[in-house]
Amino acid sequence: MKSLTKWRLTAAAVSLSMVAGPALAEPLFWSTQAKPVEESQKMRDEVMAGFPGGVDYQPSDEGPWLTRMQAELQAGSGRIAVLGGLHGDLSSLGPDLVDLSGIDAAAVGPAMMELGSLGTGEQKYIPWMQATYLMVANRKALEFLPEGADINALTYDQLIDWARATAEATGGPKFGFPAGPQGLKHRFFQGFLLPAYTKSTVTEFRSDAAVTAWETFRELWQYTNPAATNYSFMQEQLVTEEVWIAFDHVARIADAFNQRPDDFVAFPAPAGPEGRAFMPVVAGIAVPRTAPDMEQSMALVQYMLQPETQIATLRATNFFPVIATDLPDDMPASVQAAGPAIAAMTGAPDALPALLPMGLGDKGGQFNQVYTDTFERIILAGQDIRTVLDSQAEVLRALMIEANAPCWAPDAASEGPCPVN
Amino acid sequence: MPRLLPYLLLLPATAFLCLFFLYPFVQVAHDSVMRNGVYTLENFSRMAGHWKFSTAFWNTMILAAVVVPIQLAMALTMASIVTKLQRGRSTILYIFAIPLGISDLAAGLIWLSVFEQSGFLNSLLVGLGIVDRPILLLGYQNTWIIFIAIVLAEVWRATAIMMVILVAGMGLIPKEYGEAADVFGASRWQKFRRVTLPMLKPSLQTALILRVILAFEVFAVVVALGGTQLPVLMSETYHWQFAMQERGVAAAFAMVILGVSVAFTILILRLLHVPKGARV
Repeated sequence: MKSLTKWRLTAAAVSLSMVAGPALAEPLFWSTQAKPVEESQKMRDEVMAGFPGGVDYQPSDEGPWLTRMQAELQAGSGRIAVLGGLHGDLSSLGPDLVDLSGIDAAAVGPAMMELGSLGTGEQKYIPWMQATYLMVANRKALEFLPEGADINALTYDQLIDWARATAEATGGPKFGFPAGPQGLKHRFFQGFLLPAYTKSTVTEFRSDAAVTAWETFRELWQYTNPAATNYSFMQEQLVTEEVWIAFDHVARIADAFNQRPDDFVAFPAPAGPEGRAFMPVVAGIAVPRTAPDMEQSMALVQYMLQPETQIATLRATNFFPVIATDLPDDMPASVQAAGPAIAAMTGAPDALPALLPMGLGDKGGQFNQVYTDTFERIILAGQDIRTVLDSQAEVLRALMIEANAPCWAPDAASEGPCPVN
Repeated sequence: MPRLLPYLLLLPATAFLCLFFLYPFVQVAHDSVMRNGVYTLENFSRMAGHWKFSTAFWNTMILAAVVVPIQLAMALTMASIVTKLQRGRSTILYIFAIPLGISDLAAGLIWLSVFEQSGFLNSLLVGLGIVDRPILLLGYQNTWIIFIAIVLAEVWRATAIMMVILVAGMGLIPKEYGEAADVFGASRWQKFRRVTLPMLKPSLQTALILRVILAFEVFAVVVALGGTQLPVLMSETYHWQFAMQERGVAAAFAMVILGVSVAFTILILRLLHVPKGARV
């Protein structure tokens, strides 16, 4: 009897180690990106398949993502080999990421590499993929475009005229904006609306130009579908035709093009008095100091930068390569539509790139909240613009001082924390 | 040994509570008064200074003030009916208790499928020709509809927990009291008010405390139906912890919920106090 138990235990141990064995050898890629099931499956099957020995690609929400990483850091040892996340996700982990200067990333542009240093002298993360935000319109809306307006060079005033004309012609507001809890509305205020009017995200937060910007947006809101406060991914409402003109992240409008490629057009964000502000989005890959096998982690980071991997990633996630590479002709409709629109936006004579927040550490969420609160108070609660900007500016100033974050583009560089005038 | 046995038997549960309740609780309490390594009330002042705090606080209070009385009235009615039944009692009890088996998030999603723009209610209204096109019910412009939807979902979901407690309590009331009231010619209403209700006080106490505390913790139903459009204390706690990554302020919110819960528990205990000699 005793020997039988012993035998069983051994068998159990052997089978356990067989199950656990290969999983341990596979490096764990712990990511906040490509979360939808189809995307993560594509990451595993098409992107990671070429890495010798395979990769255990695991996406997760930002909260649990950070919690597990912090737990491994506190424990001093861990299983996570490589971290994938947006600039903002990674910036909160700065001190615990190892220097990646040894990676050959010459193909990545220097401005983007600079982002990856997180303001330190070390290469904290390597840019992995990039995206931005675009406007999309149903082709049916094109006939209401104001006379003389060029869809590739719209201004905010023309956009309002267009939205008004569309609303009047169809009997209901047809502009869409991702203002739901999971929507990326704060990025629109930080990287598009405010810089276009003030050439600043932080410093001129409560300037007169900012008041004008919010007045403009309040006007646009009249022609915005009031259900927008429930919208997260504009592709859904574009396909159901609940909205005809929309703003969102390229990865969140892709399905509209992939489902009905002939019905939609993508075009650049509108311009304000200070230029055509837009926000490039950068996702990066980093290695935590607790990675179980540094050499393997470095090899995986290098693998992610290969042109074939970058193109496979584009197919899987709708995020564009960070290296200059020729795209094959058989790309999905969303990529074919977004490519020229992005080129028109970034190459516009009045282009004004507004970068993602830098140096905020774990205060990124609170920074976003300042803009979300401003929106909710001015637009949804109908409070006075000047009063709201004054009170939110105090919150923003305290936050910048607490985080000790210097200004980033398009705000003028600062010594010490970025000032709020 | 026999004298020690009860304590030994209680040991696992006590250890479990200490480890998974008392320890995190002390930690949260500690977090709420700690900021950058110094003891301070700044977390509380940041919480109270946020423009949504008073809205979230009053939303929670008003929600509890509306939901709990409705549930109390319904639970009393349902419990009285169930107690009177001669046949099929347990079947009815099971049917009444079905929503208890559903998680609160699922309950929120069920009601979301009723109220959303492409939901059942809109389909019904369009089908009957009352409206031309689906109307936006859960929008920021009419938070009162969101409020009503939450009240409905909460009443639907959590009335049964009160009912179950009250049914058990009614079963404990000796029949003689009711018979005596009958002898004196008491009407049904008089019997309910003068006999059942006073005898039910201990169960009412338990049911109310449980429900009121749960009402202050309302979260998933609110988030499912209202997103961030109707802030309550619990959703703000979650938001500060995970989106804003401000553990201290989130802990301060948790302490406010705790404070309110304790205050109302004491109030209910006082109001429904039964002297020892008067208990059944």
